[in-house]
Amino acid sequence: MINSLFLISHSGDIFLEKHWKSVISRSVCDYFLEAKEKSGDPENVAPVLQTPHHYLISIYRGKLFFLSVTQTEVPPLFVIEFLHRVADTFQDYFGDCSEVVIKENTVTVYELLEEMLDNGFPLATESNVLKEMIRPPTILRSVVNTLTGGSNVGGTLPTGQLSNVPWRRAGVKYTNNEAYFDVIEEIDAILDKSGTTVFAEIQGVVEACVKLTGMPDLTLSFMNPRLLDDVSFHPCVRFKRWESERVLSFIPPDGNFRLMSYHVSSQNLVAIPVYVKQNISFLETGSCGRLDITIGPKQTMGKTVENLTVTIPMPKSVLSVNLTATQGTYTFDLTTKAVLWDVGKLNPQKLPNLRGSISIQTGAPKPEENPSINIDLKIQQLAISGLKVSRLDMYGEKYKPFKGVKYVTKAGKFQVRT
Amino acid sequence: MTDSKYFTTTKKGEIFELKAELNSDKKEKKKEAVKKVIASMTVGKDVSALFPDVVNCMQTDNLELKKLVYLYLMNYAKSQPDMAIMAVNTFVKDCEDPNPLIRALAVRTMGCIRVDKITEYLCEPLRKCLKDEDPYVRKTAAVCVAKLHDINAQLVEDQGFLDTLKDLISDSNPMVVANAVAALSEIAESHPNSNLLDLNPQTINKLLTALNECTEWGQIFILDCLANYTPRDDRESQSICERVTPRLSHANSAVVLSAVKVLMKFMEMLPKDLDYYGTLLKKLAPPLVTLLSAEPELQYVALRNINLIVQRRPEILKHEMKVFFVKYNDPIYVKLEKLDIMIRLASQANIAQVLAELKEYATEVDVDFVRKAVRAIGRCAIKVEQSAERCVSTLLDLIQTKVNYVVQEAIVVIKDIFRKYPNKYESVIATLCENLDSLDEPEARAAMIWIVGEYAERIDNADELLESFLEGFHDESTQVQLQLLTAIVKLFLKKPTETQELVQQVLSLATQDSDNPDLRDRGYIYWRLLSTDPVAAKEVVLAEKPLISEETDLIEPTLLEELICHIGTLASVYHKPPSAFVEGSRGVQHKRLPGSAGSGETVESPDTGSAAGVSDAPPAVIPSQGDLLGDLLNLDLTPPATTGPPPPATSGMQLGAMDLLGGGLDSLMGAGFGAPSAAPAASFSAPVSGGLDDLFDLGGGVGMPMGAYSPPKTVWLPATKGKGLEISGTFARRAGVIQMEMTLTNKAMSVMTDFAIQFNRNSFGLAPAGPLQVLTPLSPNQSIEVSLPLNTVGPVMKMDPLNNLQVAVKNNIDVFYFSCQYPISMLFVEDGKMERQVFLATWKDISNDNEAQFQIKDCHLNAASNKLQGSNIFTIAKRTVDGQDMLYQSTKLSNGIWVLAELRVQTGNPTFTVSLAQQTVRSNHCSD
Repeated sequence: MINSLFLISHSGDIFLEKHWKSVISRSVCDYFLEAKEKSGDPENVAPVLQTPHHYLISIYRGKLFFLSVTQTEVPPLFVIEFLHRVADTFQDYFGDCSEVVIKENTVTVYELLEEMLDNGFPLATESNVLKEMIRPPTILRSVVNTLTGGSNVGGTLPTGQLSNVPWRRAGVKYTNNEAYFDVIEEIDAILDKSGTTVFAEIQGVVEACVKLTGMPDLTLSFMNPRLLDDVSFHPCVRFKRWESERVLSFIPPDGNFRLMSYHVSSQNLVAIPVYVKQNISFLETGSCGRLDITIGPKQTMGKTVENLTVTIPMPKSVLSVNLTATQGTYTFDLTTKAVLWDVGKLNPQKLPNLRGSISIQTGAPKPEENPSINIDLKIQQLAISGLKVSRLDMYGEKYKPFKGVKYVTKAGKFQVRT
Repeated sequence: MTDSKYFTTTKKGEIFELKAELNSDKKEKKKEAVKKVIASMTVGKDVSALFPDVVNCMQTDNLELKKLVYLYLMNYAKSQPDMAIMAVNTFVKDCEDPNPLIRALAVRTMGCIRVDKITEYLCEPLRKCLKDEDPYVRKTAAVCVAKLHDINAQLVEDQGFLDTLKDLISDSNPMVVANAVAALSEIAESHPNSNLLDLNPQTINKLLTALNECTEWGQIFILDCLANYTPRDDRESQSICERVTPRLSHANSAVVLSAVKVLMKFMEMLPKDLDYYGTLLKKLAPPLVTLLSAEPELQYVALRNINLIVQRRPEILKHEMKVFFVKYNDPIYVKLEKLDIMIRLASQANIAQVLAELKEYATEVDVDFVRKAVRAIGRCAIKVEQSAERCVSTLLDLIQTKVNYVVQEAIVVIKDIFRKYPNKYESVIATLCENLDSLDEPEARAAMIWIVGEYAERIDNADELLESFLEGFHDESTQVQLQLLTAIVKLFLKKPTETQELVQQVLSLATQDSDNPDLRDRGYIYWRLLSTDPVAAKEVVLAEKPLISEETDLIEPTLLEELICHIGTLASVYHKPPSAFVEGSRGVQHKRLPGSAGSGETVESPDTGSAAGVSDAPPAVIPSQGDLLGDLLNLDLTPPATTGPPPPATSGMQLGAMDLLGGGLDSLMGAGFGAPSAAPAASFSAPVSGGLDDLFDLGGGVGMPMGAYSPPKTVWLPATKGKGLEISGTFARRAGVIQMEMTLTNKAMSVMTDFAIQFNRNSFGLAPAGPLQVLTPLSPNQSIEVSLPLNTVGPVMKMDPLNNLQVAVKNNIDVFYFSCQYPISMLFVEDGKMERQVFLATWKDISNDNEAQFQIKDCHLNAASNKLQGSNIFTIAKRTVDGQDMLYQSTKLSNGIWVLAELRVQTGNPTFTVSLAQQTVRSNHCSD
């Protein structure tokens, strides 16, 4: 199982280590740093590395590497999942997961790591349970603690640890009882030069924010559950009920959590909200090129496309661009060579257009590769797959909660080839 | 409140200051001080000097302070074992605390203190905690048993903790069950043969019940444990599958993949005509696709596993091609894996789509990825026959781009396409020849030369092209040299009149001026072939080659079966069996898929398609494209089927060949064998039947044994275990080369071919120095003597006994494993004679701990010294003391360890006393 964890900064500085079995010298990280050096971009470091005596499994989150060391055969997915959980917990506790924040809270970080893993086996990874054992730092609490000599560590056994609902603590109380659900869908798509869809799918999640007193038992049902053939649930969801009745029945954790994620596959028809008319070309001679992009709405179900941005990573030999945008502003990043066009709201009457010339280093050959265009956008009050929540019922408690559902569609990895 | 302030005190007296604060009366100050200490510890500073002061803070009712002190203890107890004892009392007391949290914390921490003295005190509290009324304490205690086992395995067995742990599998709380399973699995890993996890239908039922209720991590442990179970029949198999399927919808990808493993394995037992079988197949696709939308690291592991799954059961994902399309911002490691799977899924139905994608990828920025994409186009051509033409034209388009690495890669794959579809696409050769000058990579040059040689009759200026390569012959890599030699010989056989000079030139370059034994061997063979019987030469060299097929890229079926059993583990990421890389898995356990029961049909029923069929009849696969000896060996293995009238040979060719015999061979013999030191005994000593015998005999005679002792052959692999293959063998050291001498006997009814050998890691890094050379098929009841040269540069792992060697031998029937022991004397190297002075000094330096004494009975003095010398044990000095002869000897092992010996001989008494001393601390049992 997991022997040790090293936190390594973007620049290769090992700033924290934790061992759950015998201590492993940090020189083991040299193998990793070497691989990092070789791959150039930190995102390209292979997540599983083998050294003569250890295996290094790492993730890259928030410009930090979480590197775990194991000595025996372990399921790597288990380790990777756990590392992401560690990063999530830091995010949850400190509001950010960066070197500065972790250094500021080392002792809490250390306490957390000790609580999350025992002898390499995960112990408590549910944020609810952890928060009962180690309270997140707040200014108020630290003031109170200094005055009273109290501590940040819970003195009693967390109730959730062993019950059948380990994700929920007992004795939750709220004056305003509310349950909000956000249906968020991301479109991953590849469109080819002519605008034909090469590949498209929808990744959806239902994020919940439930603040309800006591032990509520919720039932969430959909208008069109047939859409969902590929789903994964939070452990609280009763799978049997879903199998037989296609409703989500669960006792929710307290606070924010991801109730379910789903995937509408490429076989179903996926609506593409915008079309892109583009022409990027480089001349054989004269070290320059032309760019002309127009974006228009396609299948938006009558909603407005907002926060539209277009990113074009240009070839390395491009020196500068001289463009005019009919709407929004554009920037050209000299180091990454990326053109970023912030369009804003898409107006169907007056389509936004970006055009102009590109200049290339003199003497450099005509670039081989064609840049792809990345689109980012947002559509409020629409789940593009057509998924709709029909009702939410609560059993087990007497009060009337306030309920709300929100839909939003975003572009995920949405790219247009040129 | 932030902790960064703890890092700011980097003054000189930091430790001193902390010491004062730790001993302060104020609780709050104490806690702050411990925090500072922990903060220093986390960044790797040494604060072990504060041990007694920190331990003093342990007696407290403040839980946070207690936890912090425990944290410190775990880190430093090992370096201060005597101090750590001070903490024991508090631990034992805490284990009785009314608060279960504290009981659990104490037993948890005690297990993390890796000090022998403390572990003794741990036993009693641990025993109590394992039976604690609170499940939280029990589950913590279960893990503690695994910790203790890691520190002192014997103690755990003696105290009976293993049995208590087994009982916990039946615990009422699912979390306790999950942790007990996890602990047992970890312990079992270091005891491969112990039957710790005794799985029977009752325990399986308990595990399945716990599976539904425990945490995600517990589910992973339980699923991994379930995967080791072999159901009794297809009914049981189905019922387990039914209860595991809901896990496929879990949000944790590790749970999903572990569930996939269980299902993939148990599916083997289900009859294919069962409705449920089809349902299950359908259920497996969506979760696998979902894994690909996760973080890139998870995607990578998932893709490596999917690669195995599509090879075993291509039907699961055959409609999901599009999810493997590469996005330009995928990390490179994800891109390469996706590409691999795209090819595996390519079929006639989707080939157009795949090709369009691949062509798109070939214009990307990343060189590695582009290369692999080009190569993938070639693999598609080989896999899907209908697409070959389209692939070739795509490749030609790419060659037109003139991007150097694209062109080179394209030429390499076009060569493969020619091998698959001979006489079909030769029209493109002209285009290829245009790019001859731009090729600078050996593989591409070799491929181009092969093409020129193979189609010499259609290329007008083939001789000029090849001659141009010949100019820099010695600067080329071996691959290119070998290919050039073969190509020119082919050219000569096709156009004998114009190229006689060229062939003489290349043969003499290969045989006389080269240091490379492979090249020389091949040169000799061609030379002799051409000079003795040009007609036969033509038949051999220009024989029809077996077609290559896409199976070349598939994982070998037995390995694939084993890897399927390891889905989700490191083995599945590396695509290697765990025995090949996991340290500490001492006994090599090979997992196998269960056979299908019930309907009585075998796994290889026709409807399972190609993947299952592979394991039945191995196709004629050429080992690998880059294999240097590849085509030569295949020529030997597959003589032309038609033994009828030989192809008409022109008189000109006859003449040319005779001339060769007269002019070339004599001088060749003189030069080649006149210098025995250069002749490689190793590569020649394999006995080969047929017309090449005498050639090898000439070589085999050079540098033969000087009298090293070699034990008689013993049977290593009995025919009953080897499916008819019997292997007996021994080891010998000849002219400084370790030889593994084996007799392979075929006691089965069918012919055996395709022999290969591999060693597991071993104590001295023994590894085959070359492939196992069994050139002729082994017919029933035939024996063959094989001598395999070994080197000592392989991976090292300490074995028990030290000289144990685990060997895997493969043939067309199966892979067989056996182990044998080599005499240590074989490792004694020739330069093991020590200078007298050095000997004296070293002898004194070695501590008594590294010395051992033996008695040898019934030996004769005169013979002894000589015999030892023969085995590379050298006598340094001899003296007589008190009527005893003392012989001082030295020897050196292949890994550089010196062993010094003092041999005491009482005159007239045939009993010798040997004192052995050894320079390094590694303990070796060494006797002669």
